[in-house]
Amino acid sequence: MSEHTVKAFDDDIGQLRGLIAEMGGLAEQAIRAAIEALQRHDLEAAARIVAEDKKIDALEMQVEQLAVRIIALRAPMAVDLREVVAALKIAGVVERIGDYAKNIAKRVPLIDSHGEIEPLSVLPAMATLAAALVHDVLDAFAARDADAAVSVCERDKAVDDFYNSLFRVLVTHMMENPKTIGQVAHLLFIAKNLERVGDHATNVAEMVYYAATGTHMAERDRATIETI
Amino acid sequence: MTQHLKMTAHNVNVFYGKKQAINDVSIDIDQDLVTAFIGPSGCGKSTFLRTLNRMNDTVASAKVTGDIRLDGEDIYAAEMDVVQLRARVGMVFQKPNPFPKSIFENVAYGPRIHGLASSKGQLSGIVEQSLKRAGLWEEVKDRLQDSGTALSGGQQQRLCIARAIAVDPEVILMDEPCSALDPIATAKIEELIHELKGRYAIVIVTHNMQQAARVSQRTAFFHLGTLIEYGATSDIFTNPREERTRDYITGRYG
Amino acid sequence: MSSTPPDMGSPEKTPTDWRGDAMQRRIRRRYRSERRFKLIGLAAVMMSAGFLVFLLATMLSNGIGGFSRTEIKLPIDFPKAGLTLDASRLAGPGADMALAGAGIQGATDGAAIAAFGKDGDQLISDGAWLTVRSAVKADPALLRGRATIAVPASDAIDIAAKGEGSNEDKAQVAKLKAAGVLTTGFNLSFLQGADSTDPTMVGIWGALKGSIFTMIVTLVLAFPVGVFAALYLEEYAPRNRWTDLIEVSINNLAAVPSIIFGLLGLAVFLNTFHLPRSAAIVGGLTLALMTMPVIVIAGRNAIKGVPPSIRDAALGIGASPVQVVFHHVLPLALPGILTGTIIGMARALGETAPLLMIGMRAFIASPPERLSDPATVLPVQIFLWSDQVNRGFVEKTSAAIIVLLVFLLAMNGVAIYLRNKFETRW
Repeated sequence: MSEHTVKAFDDDIGQLRGLIAEMGGLAEQAIRAAIEALQRHDLEAAARIVAEDKKIDALEMQVEQLAVRIIALRAPMAVDLREVVAALKIAGVVERIGDYAKNIAKRVPLIDSHGEIEPLSVLPAMATLAAALVHDVLDAFAARDADAAVSVCERDKAVDDFYNSLFRVLVTHMMENPKTIGQVAHLLFIAKNLERVGDHATNVAEMVYYAATGTHMAERDRATIETI
Repeated sequence: MTQHLKMTAHNVNVFYGKKQAINDVSIDIDQDLVTAFIGPSGCGKSTFLRTLNRMNDTVASAKVTGDIRLDGEDIYAAEMDVVQLRARVGMVFQKPNPFPKSIFENVAYGPRIHGLASSKGQLSGIVEQSLKRAGLWEEVKDRLQDSGTALSGGQQQRLCIARAIAVDPEVILMDEPCSALDPIATAKIEELIHELKGRYAIVIVTHNMQQAARVSQRTAFFHLGTLIEYGATSDIFTNPREERTRDYITGRYG
Repeated sequence: MSSTPPDMGSPEKTPTDWRGDAMQRRIRRRYRSERRFKLIGLAAVMMSAGFLVFLLATMLSNGIGGFSRTEIKLPIDFPKAGLTLDASRLAGPGADMALAGAGIQGATDGAAIAAFGKDGDQLISDGAWLTVRSAVKADPALLRGRATIAVPASDAIDIAAKGEGSNEDKAQVAKLKAAGVLTTGFNLSFLQGADSTDPTMVGIWGALKGSIFTMIVTLVLAFPVGVFAALYLEEYAPRNRWTDLIEVSINNLAAVPSIIFGLLGLAVFLNTFHLPRSAAIVGGLTLALMTMPVIVIAGRNAIKGVPPSIRDAALGIGASPVQVVFHHVLPLALPGILTGTIIGMARALGETAPLLMIGMRAFIASPPERLSDPATVLPVQIFLWSDQVNRGFVEKTSAAIIVLLVFLLAMNGVAIYLRNKFETRW
């Protein structure tokens, strides 16, 4: 797409996209780091992740301010307007993704398994999937790629499936090893958080689709959550 | 949505001598809505507007082909009386141009020459009603004999609108009516357009996209004499179909 | 990432030194040339004004004498004068007939000789008896006894009384003044009478009336034709070679020397149409031909000056082209048209050459009654008087010039008033 006649408008839009990209990068990194801290039971790393969530919050505020300013001063229309509104909403969602990562990191001190809990080893794969979704959907936003957004939505199914199977495994483990119920419960919550991250990534994908095309994504089949 | 079409145009071409200004434009003007023509300078929106009331007839080298109809009647047919057409299809111009006469005379001139009033009382009534509909009555009712040119720019433009209304038109064409006015006067005129909608079919040419977005329900985008896109205003400004439309309204033009 | 601004030039660009010597010299030179220009303009205006003042002063000083006339109080003893006049007939319609054969002239001369000596009849004007006759007609009771009637003095006495002339005449004047019979008063007959060979009896009214008639004919013919021609050429005529030709022709016509219009009038109106020679109507026709191009040109410019927005506004309401022209264009163009008319009419008023060619140079003894009566106009009258040998005509010529100027001012004043009246509306 060609440049605006008023170059400063392009600069503003570019700055907005840059902030979103930065937020997304930080959130994705936080997820991976949290799971890694969980696996290695690294309390310092976990504490760092919790502290750095503040950066994501600060970025969200910046995005909000910049978006309001662009709307007031530039009177964006059509694709520009959709993109600004999408950026505003995406910032909120990414901030929540960051919060989920923080939540996972907070639980790290509470899970002291020394490698006893087997399902723990499955989590990294699920986290990788979820982080990849976040990464790809933000790439789709940067490229204004509606098709990539659609594929992200489809791939979320894998995360949901992961969650369903992990749920069964963890419940079985709890039933078989009642002493580990406390810690496994935390693992359940962590799995849930990762599943929510995947869902948020699909929300972002819908916003990216609307920004790029001006129409809403077709209703997609949500993978049924077999268990509550 | 049921449409009541007031004016229709099919395959209209306009030539000034050898130069073609309008290129095969077809468009329908709805009776109950405000239609906006937008586009960059020289795209032909004003030229096309002027074909709707045959103002191009005054230019010697202008030639108009195609089918333009008002309520189904061909306005370029030999039987159509141009004078009467221009009373039915009124026009408000870019620079307010009241006659150098009194305010009363400005509004009364049209009804007088068309014989719309049979007595002085009736004429006064028409003048009062037109000024009220134009939102100017309260400001001038005590000084109807003052010169029309002594009013402020915004008041002069509302006077011109009252003048156009006084001959009881069916369509009002507005050629960039607010471009010479300050924002407050502009807002008053836009509110006036909103009030007049429904009673008259209104077509407004504007180079201010935000104004088109505010006042119109349907928008047509012209470019180099061709109609590029025509649709609901909210669609044009949130999700236009054509790339040229999108480039123009997002400021990527030129 | 922000874009870099375009390179505006080397960053070490020195700002303009407005206080330096070179700049100050330039500024001073500029002020000097401004002052020079103002002074030259002022000098030009003063020079033109000076010429005008000189003209007016000369005319006034020469002509003011023409407005006064010396009169001698002449005692007449009517019963002794021997008039063959029946007083009763003076009341009825046959008064002029009765007076004609009464021998008043002889009686007047006789009374003068009786009062002032054997050369007494030289002291009074040749037309003095006319004054006596008017007095008798007005008041027949005078015939019963003596009366003292103020009659115009002769030309020589008149000049002498105003300070010129031979020494004998001046002595006579002194003598008459001492006797208390000489008065110098306002010369009403100058404004009321017609042409005459005697400068003391001469009047300007004949020429003035002729000028008025001629101007009326000119205006009535040239104004409508000129205005309608201008309207047609500006509003309706298509722009092609023919209209260009017409425009060029009209422009040239306005520059044609006026004497050629005289030849035209001679050939067409007198020789072909056999209109009465020297009549106001012929003069008016000729001058109308001359004035019309001026009105057309001024009219076209005035009409061109009406902004197209007014026309658009009127057309947009549904006014027909005729309505647009007469309701909107013409009222707004009227000030300009009137200006052109003033210029044209002023020129026509002062024209001598074409009117001489059509014969308005004859000696007209009585003011014209109808448009077809022989007449003369003020400039021609001035020309004819300036040719006269008689001394008294000098001041009368200047006086006539003053009357012409006053007439011109009055005509312009009316036109300017009309123009201002229309101009305030806009």
